[in-house]
Amino acid sequence: MSSPSLLMQVGQLARRSVTRTLRQPSQVVPSTVFPLFLLAVNSGGLAKATSIPGFPTHSYLTFALAIPFMQGALFSVMNAGTDLARDIETGFLNRLALTPLRGAALLSGLLAGAVLLGLLQAATFLLVGWIAGAGFAAGVPGAFVIVALSVLMTVGFGAIGLFAALRTGSGEAVQGLFPVFFVFLFLSSMSLPRNLIETDWFRHVATYNPVSYLIEGVRSLLVTGWDGEALALGFGVAISIAVLGMTAATASLRTRLLRT
Amino acid sequence: MSGARFRTVALGVAWRSIHNFLMNPAFLVPSIIFPLFFFTAFAGGLSTISKVPQFNFPPGYTAFQFVFVLLQSAAFGGVFTGFGIARDFETGIGRRFLMAAPHRTAIIAGYGVAALTRALLTWTLLVTVALIAGMHIDGGGVDLFGLLALAVLVNVAATLWAAGLALRFRTIQAGPLMQIPVFLTLFLAPVYVPLDLLSGWIHALAQVNPATALLEAGRGFIAGDPTKVAVAFAAGAGLVLAFASWAVRGLRRAEAAG
Repeated sequence: MSSPSLLMQVGQLARRSVTRTLRQPSQVVPSTVFPLFLLAVNSGGLAKATSIPGFPTHSYLTFALAIPFMQGALFSVMNAGTDLARDIETGFLNRLALTPLRGAALLSGLLAGAVLLGLLQAATFLLVGWIAGAGFAAGVPGAFVIVALSVLMTVGFGAIGLFAALRTGSGEAVQGLFPVFFVFLFLSSMSLPRNLIETDWFRHVATYNPVSYLIEGVRSLLVTGWDGEALALGFGVAISIAVLGMTAATASLRTRLLRT
Repeated sequence: MSGARFRTVALGVAWRSIHNFLMNPAFLVPSIIFPLFFFTAFAGGLSTISKVPQFNFPPGYTAFQFVFVLLQSAAFGGVFTGFGIARDFETGIGRRFLMAAPHRTAIIAGYGVAALTRALLTWTLLVTVALIAGMHIDGGGVDLFGLLALAVLVNVAATLWAAGLALRFRTIQAGPLMQIPVFLTLFLAPVYVPLDLLSGWIHALAQVNPATALLEAGRGFIAGDPTKVAVAFAAGAGLVLAFASWAVRGLRRAEAAG
């Protein structure tokens, strides 16, 4: 009897991952509500920042709407990673190792839940932003590009979560990574454009921080319109993170399966 | 005799709690790193906000954000101690405390001492970092004492709030319930700009938020221009009294649960 095709393997694991994600409100609700709460607080509290000379828009809501997409992607580190860590802790991964399942199928399938959640989040953030009156400089096509970039970011950070789970085998260790990623978010051009950050060291850190380019990629479609440079940098960074994350996760999967 | 017993129990509980968080990096590091990180991110990344027209805070944006982070660390020192109380009851140590203590309110007092010690440690580091970062302090000794007193009130109130929940639920799963309301209250105050520069719904909420009075008074102290001092201390004392009653009733629930 031949082993099932790669597509079927991915499909089975993806179905399990999606079902598991949707059955856990503790994964879906905080990762959608928390970014929206911060959006509300920041767009209210920092509304006056638009009167700083050189600020690119008159609506801080439009400027800040890029941040929830990034935060949603950061939650995928925890969601994808914790699910896999649980599979390792409960011995499910060991049982999978006895089947003809391929590593690529396992990793892709495990990310399906995170990707679906990323899609739901992106749609919610766009809808809430539109209802609240945010601007969409690139129009409806721009909104689709935002969703694409958002999903790519979710895949990249989700893969990092898988890597962490495979390396540590512990859900607690994966959860512990979350604050580390928040440091990247806060030390970026999240709250102000880089050219308006007057503290030199902070501006340098934000410039070297890849998260700045992910946020600026999304933001360009909301504030500026079609900005080829910002989009190229945003997609370039997102693809790089996804490739690095998947490569690291694949290597760790091999090591973990050998160990077991 | 009775006072001595109360003190012995309180100090015993405090010592255990302080020892636990000092010896366990997983407990110690977040409570120290997070306030420093928020201070760095807000004071460094948002300093241009001080150029907003009508933003007038003579000591500068670093001092403006320092007060927020000081009060935030005071509140979260209390919340993190609440996590410890919940964990103690989950593992059974809390029940043994209840059986052994002749005055059970001393258990809450002990956790309170631990929370304050934890906060003092964080504040020492925060002040050091702020001074290294060039923070200006225009207030005098009495003003700074006032600021410290406000922070202590916030710490005690947050500890009593979290203790009340921990004693009712007796599980660490109540952690989000302890944390989220405190987080919301703090962030629905004038965090980034003074109250006058807020507008819309956030201005309306900030006006009735007790954290606003505490923040404004704290910023007044550091600027050497005390503002709304009576309101802030009344709000702080009111929170302490209300949450003391909440915590004691939580203790009764824990006793009744056995």
